[in-house]
Amino acid sequence: MKATRTWRAALSAFGWRHGVMANISLLGLPAVWFACLYLAAIGAMLVTAFWQVDDLSGNLIPGFSLSNFSVLVSDPIYRIIAVRTVFIAAAVTLADAVLAWPFAYAMVRLAGPKLRAVLMALVLVPLWSSYLARVYAWRLILAHDGVLNWALSAIGIPGVHIGYSNWAMWIVFSYLWLPFMILPIAAALERIPPNLMEASADLGERGLATFRRVILPLALPGMAAGAIFTFSLTLGDFVTPMLVGGTGSDFIGNVVYANVGVTNNIPFAAAYATLPLGVMAVFLLLARRLGAFDAL
Amino acid sequence: MRSNGAVLIWAAVIAILGFLFIPIVIIIAYAFSAAPIPAWPLVGFTTHWFADTWNDDEVREALLLSLEVAGLSTVVAVLLGTLAAMAVARMRSVGRELVSFVLVLPIALPGILTGMALASYFAFWSLNLSFWTIVAGHITFCTVIVYNNVIARLRRLPRSLSEASADLGGNAFLTFRRVMLPMMASAIGAGALLAFALSFDEVIVTTFTAGAQNTLPLWIFGAIRLGQKLPEVNVVVFAIILFTAIPVLLAQKLIGDSGRLGR
Repeated sequence: MKATRTWRAALSAFGWRHGVMANISLLGLPAVWFACLYLAAIGAMLVTAFWQVDDLSGNLIPGFSLSNFSVLVSDPIYRIIAVRTVFIAAAVTLADAVLAWPFAYAMVRLAGPKLRAVLMALVLVPLWSSYLARVYAWRLILAHDGVLNWALSAIGIPGVHIGYSNWAMWIVFSYLWLPFMILPIAAALERIPPNLMEASADLGERGLATFRRVILPLALPGMAAGAIFTFSLTLGDFVTPMLVGGTGSDFIGNVVYANVGVTNNIPFAAAYATLPLGVMAVFLLLARRLGAFDAL
Repeated sequence: MRSNGAVLIWAAVIAILGFLFIPIVIIIAYAFSAAPIPAWPLVGFTTHWFADTWNDDEVREALLLSLEVAGLSTVVAVLLGTLAAMAVARMRSVGRELVSFVLVLPIALPGILTGMALASYFAFWSLNLSFWTIVAGHITFCTVIVYNNVIARLRRLPRSLSEASADLGGNAFLTFRRVMLPMMASAIGAGALLAFALSFDEVIVTTFTAGAQNTLPLWIFGAIRLGQKLPEVNVVVFAIILFTAIPVLLAQKLIGDSGRLGR
């Protein structure tokens, strides 16, 4: 017992004097895990993107070949799919930013403490409740004889045909990721001292001008943090396009998924997946400049 | 002027709440629909799909697998995420920024990338997909959830507390057990609950790391795509909504702070 105590004391004194060693001993296990699994996996993806597949045996052929990329560049379908994916991800981010503002503002600035806790819970429950359940609900709502058209006809409006379309994907993605935008904006709003708004009012600014010139710029990091999630989650999805998108609504993810799961062409899928990696790298750099990482 | 604006904002809030919850209410209602195919308006009330679902071996096996994967991933994620958060909280600016950036990548990058990267990696080593490859993928993003929760707590705790413990003669282990751990416990608990909930629901990464096994989300995804057993799908998603709401609300209580529950 005595021996363990001195052993521990010596170790902790060493850690106290050499903070770096203490950091390494804490970070060691998670760092090894991340390096050997996650980062190495990204590396493996970048390497296999230049490999080939043997047509007959389906075995991987290591090497260096640009042919996966030349197919991706030369066949226009892959360009169309990439543009569709990025465009819808951007449209979803925009829609969520617009919808999140009034909610976050009301939650932080207008609601009392009780109501605010209730609103917070009401954002969190859909955020964490089953992703597939929510996509499936929209599949039923937007179907031709679904809830939406039934409700429209009940109030005398002709039905719409938006089930299984890009519009459906836009609505469903905006729905799915809205809480991811509300939370960081609300967190950013909380950090703005209320007297800044009073100062703005004292200086003669009216409500909207205060919003545009004081609140909006200060909450921008929160919005950028939310945008990382809404954009990235849309960019990397293939389930929602499969369930609520129709023909001609494939995402990058659908091509990747089909090549891994169906045709077993991992190198080609890896090559296409480098595109969202590049897009996200640019997006994260932009978001970082807006201060998103301090607001995460 | 001010009150007019407030009325408009509250109207928007109510509309957004409707947008968020109407689909959830509808999917819950479908679980009790008597019709064997999805039809609206609902044509009758029944609870017999619940018994059918409970007696379906496929569903039971998938549920069991999901619970095992989520349980194991959460345990490992709590260890890795807490260690990482304690390290980052101690670090100085440059290393801290780099490490915290790398740590959030699995949730900042699209799921298809994590899935594709892991698929390439396992193919690279010629590993067969199994229970363990599913768990390896889940640990990666579950760790981030725990890390986010614990680091948020540690940022708000003054460093002077552990210094005071050292001044009073406590070594690092004693300080961890008697000072740090009690203060982090609820954040770790919240992180664990959320990590479990996320693992239990994950489908995108799992499709790339599962072989022949079906987790519950994979079973649901397959059933919806094939249009089979839809009444059972309704029951399963109803149960999942019910059972994920509990840990999430519990986690919110544990954290007692807004804005920290984002993934």
